Amino acid sequence: MTDLALPARLRRPAFRPGIALASVVLVGAVAACLAAPLLWPLDESAVDLARIRLAPSWEHLAGTDDLGRDVAHRSLYGLRVSLLVGAVAAVVAAVVGGLVGTVAATCGGRVDRALMRVVDTIAALPHLLLGIFIVAMLRPSLGAVVLSIGLTHWLSTARIVRAELLSLRTRPFVDAAVAGGASRARVLTRHLLPHVLPRLALATTLMVPHAVWHETALSFLGLGLPPHLASLGNMINDGQRSLLTGAWWASLVPGLLLVAVTLALAALAGRWRDRLDPRVRAELHL
Amino acid sequence: MTGALVAHQITVRYDRQRVLDRVDLRIAAGETVGLRGPSGSGKSTLARVLALLRAPDSGHVTLDGQRLPGVRHRLPAAVRTRVAILFQSPRAATDPRLSLADVIAEPLRATGTPRERARARASELADLVGLTPDLLARRPHAVSDGQLQRACLARALVHRPAYLLCDEATAMLDASTQAHLAAVVTDYQRRHGAGVLLVTHDASLMARWATRVVELPAGGRPTD
Repeated sequence: MTDLALPARLRRPAFRPGIALASVVLVGAVAACLAAPLLWPLDESAVDLARIRLAPSWEHLAGTDDLGRDVAHRSLYGLRVSLLVGAVAAVVAAVVGGLVGTVAATCGGRVDRALMRVVDTIAALPHLLLGIFIVAMLRPSLGAVVLSIGLTHWLSTARIVRAELLSLRTRPFVDAAVAGGASRARVLTRHLLPHVLPRLALATTLMVPHAVWHETALSFLGLGLPPHLASLGNMINDGQRSLLTGAWWASLVPGLLLVAVTLALAALAGRWRDRLDPRVRAELHL
Repeated sequence: MTGALVAHQITVRYDRQRVLDRVDLRIAAGETVGLRGPSGSGKSTLARVLALLRAPDSGHVTLDGQRLPGVRHRLPAAVRTRVAILFQSPRAATDPRLSLADVIAEPLRATGTPRERARARASELADLVGLTPDLLARRPHAVSDGQLQRACLARALVHRPAYLLCDEATAMLDASTQAHLAAVVTDYQRRHGAGVLLVTHDASLMARWATRVVELPAGGRPTD
């Protein structure tokens, strides 16, 4: 019945190799991104035409691209930019979506219907197209890409938050709080939002890999960051031209890095959701 | 008509289904009214209407002679806290994030009582309902239904309500816990002159505890 009655060894969370691997990948990637400018500075505009399309070797672990730039070196900087864009855009989407969902659920009635129709209308448009439109309006830059992703990806978050709040407010424990004299604000901040925040945090975390992919797609289409700046999307875009000349490594390494980091983020986000839910914690004896 | 919680001509529908049809019910201060009826007859709905949690489609509720203009947050906290309700499932009725001590103290904290005073009152009530200090630190998933319902009873009594509505509150409990909770409620009623509504299918509990029994037929009107 109670986890407190279990011996300490049984209360320890079980070792999960997948989670351990995801942690190592993510911590390693973030540490490398943070340390890169100190240990291995990159001149974004430097080219070396004597070393173009060199295959992977000890000197160039992931080879060089068609301008003679080290692919591993640039991938590290590309990941740095992509993670930054992904994280900030996911936070923008979470804040906008969280606010819209909360206002819709708590106000109800006409406000709810109006906001949900706005969500439906925006959702009916292809978000990549909408993102391209926003970038085109603002000119390609880091801020434009962040806004383009953040302002097109809050819809699912708004729906999640609204649905969670609507479901929660019919629960008897909320009735008990109302009967106990809690104000609307107290019910919202003490009993509703704390239950929604783990899901909002999870949605945000899962949004990071999606936003990284979106940034990559925009850069791949030539609408993301300026072409000379290293981002995973720019590199994959540049690398696809090298594929025709047999230089497969120019796209492969940034592509694999993107897949590895996004899978690690998704795995850790799922694990985090489990740890935040008291009932799941009890079942897992955490 | 003072000193009573009264439902006047209450009608409630769920979509097209009418579950309560012009129902009158009076719970006077100090009396224990038993409410029984078949499943689906609207007993819990009537309890929620009386607990000021659900607005009826027609009819109204008076509290100590005052007609109440609405339900939930349309009423000031001082009015809402005069009526307490104990739900059938304590697990659904407690916030899974809060410790039992916080569950009990929450209504006081919500109405502005300082933390230390709220804790002291929660501790006093926990002692009254038979919860030991080690249980108070636990969260709902780490205690039994009986222990949790004790915490819910303590929470219900924390504002010293004038009316206590027990909606199948002992249905999920063992006999000894049931007896203990009944004793706590009876003692509270004697000391504070509170009116109690007892919704239960348990005929023996009803016979022992209720001073008056009201039958609620399916979709019909109650009879004494």
